[in-house]
Amino acid sequence: MLSFLRKSPADGTTIRGTFAHGVHPPEAKDDTSKLAIRQFPFAPSFVVPVSQHIGKPAKVIVREGQKVRRGECIAEPDGFLSVAMHSPVTGTVRGIGPVPSITGRMVEGIFLEPSAASSQEVMHGTPCDVATASVDEILTAIQRAGVVGLGGAGFPTHAKLKIPEGKRCDTLLINGVECEPYLTTDHRVMLEHAADVMVGLRYLLKLTAAKRTIIAVEANKADAAEALRAAVPSDLQVEVAVLPVKYPQGAEKLLITALLGREVPSGGLPIDVGAVCTNVATTAEIGQLLPTGQGIQERVLTLGGPGIRDKGNYRVPIGTPLRFVMETAGTTGELGHVFLGGPMMGQAVSSLDIPVTKGTTGVIAFTADQTGPLTDRLEYPCIRCGACLEACPLFLNPSRMGLLAKHGRYDEMVAEEHLFDCFECGSCTFVCPSHIPLVQHFRVAKTQMRRRKAKA
Amino acid sequence: MTGTLVIRSSPHFVSGAAVDRIMFQVALALAPTTLWAIWTFGLAAAVTLGTAVATCLVTERLLAARRAGRTTLGDGSALVTGLLYGLTLPPGLALWMVVVGGVVSMALGKLLFGGLGQNPFNPALVGRAFLQAAFPVSMTTWVLPGAASRFTALPSSSLAIPLMEPTFDGLSGATPLSAWKFDAQAADLGDLMFGSVSGSVGETSALLILLGGLYLAWKRYLDWRIPAGVLGSAALLALVLWLIDSGRFPTVPATLFSGGLMLGAVFMATDMVGSPITPKGTWIYAALIGVLVVLIRNFGGMPEGVMYAILLGNACTPLLDKRCKPRVYGHAKAAKGDRS
Repeated sequence: MLSFLRKSPADGTTIRGTFAHGVHPPEAKDDTSKLAIRQFPFAPSFVVPVSQHIGKPAKVIVREGQKVRRGECIAEPDGFLSVAMHSPVTGTVRGIGPVPSITGRMVEGIFLEPSAASSQEVMHGTPCDVATASVDEILTAIQRAGVVGLGGAGFPTHAKLKIPEGKRCDTLLINGVECEPYLTTDHRVMLEHAADVMVGLRYLLKLTAAKRTIIAVEANKADAAEALRAAVPSDLQVEVAVLPVKYPQGAEKLLITALLGREVPSGGLPIDVGAVCTNVATTAEIGQLLPTGQGIQERVLTLGGPGIRDKGNYRVPIGTPLRFVMETAGTTGELGHVFLGGPMMGQAVSSLDIPVTKGTTGVIAFTADQTGPLTDRLEYPCIRCGACLEACPLFLNPSRMGLLAKHGRYDEMVAEEHLFDCFECGSCTFVCPSHIPLVQHFRVAKTQMRRRKAKA
Repeated sequence: MTGTLVIRSSPHFVSGAAVDRIMFQVALALAPTTLWAIWTFGLAAAVTLGTAVATCLVTERLLAARRAGRTTLGDGSALVTGLLYGLTLPPGLALWMVVVGGVVSMALGKLLFGGLGQNPFNPALVGRAFLQAAFPVSMTTWVLPGAASRFTALPSSSLAIPLMEPTFDGLSGATPLSAWKFDAQAADLGDLMFGSVSGSVGETSALLILLGGLYLAWKRYLDWRIPAGVLGSAALLALVLWLIDSGRFPTVPATLFSGGLMLGAVFMATDMVGSPITPKGTWIYAALIGVLVVLIRNFGGMPEGVMYAILLGNACTPLLDKRCKPRVYGHAKAAKGDRS
């Protein structure tokens, strides 16, 4: 019902409708959107956690003291819902043991030390040719290349691209929305690696057998849409859709609604409505890695926020400690608040000892004196203004859920208010004039309910 | 390089919206109406409003629990309630009555329920309803607008000794609604629009009230559906009645622009706390108020029914919200509790 569409005569780009509700945070992308991707230097030491994806951690296949080459597989997928890890540097394995993670928990990881004399050439593997490879061969190649959703969720891409028995995919959606403020990595990838996106598309088309392909871009990245359209090969049918800027349009389900007018059922997957949705950087990565048989050992991220001196979009080796990232780019003062990802859904960092992982879309930093406005806010009681209902893209009632959460009535939140449909976009907290930490309450409620369920 | 890193659960960005800002914007939107009231009714309006606001602020200060170590006056809600309460009173009402009603507004209408955000009924109207029941004569005695001495003398009724019956100057007039109801006299539409009629302090100029409402709707501090629904349903029912018997029932414009309907539809029914939060519930709530106003005015014993219509609407709000839950994304049917 929302996918009314019209042709813009100037460039033929399709402009479509959008999803209902949502919010308009400040975009804050101007600092970095014009800066080309730069290679980030190598750190003196690396930390590669073996679980950078949803699913089972990878199985370490190297020993302490072993020499590894850049791009060499150092941990193998353990089962279907698991992907490989590759060494970000040519150097020596200095240890295998617990490493700090963003959740505060220690996870298993591999410590690496680069060798100073190496040329750091990337090791190639077995190429996977899109023309001759079978569906299963491509899926295995994606898994062995260690590809996960680079939009931040970290779901193994091959698992997402495996069409379940009895389901059919009619539309392949490539997500270049990047609706989070500050982040400009997808933007730069689309501009600079449009050809890789097209190569990646060929693999995805073979896997999904989709009839229709749409790349979705928001209107603040018109140049990226232009670059993509120019890169479409003559034998591929690809639509580039430009959507009005709105958060959280990059959320898979909402993007499907915006583009196709279809609603993914609660608890269901896009394939239930005939769609498969992949992040544009993930697509470019597949297009870059599979033809040479390489694995992911670096990723593009945005280094931004007022706390960073040398802002930009960098290709950073996986496993680079944040401390080294900050020291290299420089800070404008004593850091007071650092988060990975965008400001709406990104995770705050408690220590700079954690490394960049495959899911790190950005590192945004504020100095100590720039964190004030959020910490000093006075919380008022809910005045039932309804702003959160107007913001929630899922038509939940955050106001009522907030009241229920306050009194610990989590059962009612689940049974009557669909707590577990909430994907924590934070739009409700963003708009609340009473400054109630709504989405934060919902996270607590979900954790409590999961715990109760586990005990029962 | 790093001091203490702040750990916070996302979002790390927030909009600038704040309760106190909303309240002060509402007060600002009431400014034209307030100034016009003082111009029309002079000192009588000024002291009534001043007393009403002061009473509400003092009551809030004395009785409300402190929030984060501060008084709750800063949220602006007591100011707005005081202003709205003052605007619904007849100018020239005995000031001791204004004080009594103001205390009732805040203490029984709001703070008894837990303060800001907890009151089921519009506190200003709770205070007014109390006065209406306690002092029916004083609450229906009206000062003439634009009296020559309005800036130099207070009506004697204003200064009545506390707990004593006020005496009236004889300068009193009839509101357009009572003139229609009891004497079958229709008021001039222009007078209704611009406010040169008798009535409560702030209800007389429909145009200035609309102006304030448009400003708030533009700022998105007011749900446009409520005034639209109230005025729309009132107009529709008034039209039907007028078509049936144009001699007995007032015209649509006379219905819309007289009495407290405009002030009620724009500033009272839209009180966020007492109105539904769901879109469908909001429409039903608004329509209900509009219909009740016309029914009470034309078939009830009183010439005016806006206050009771809104209070009844407030009473329906929890039920409406329970029954009008929007369909959640990805669910075929509306949430549980919608139909059962």
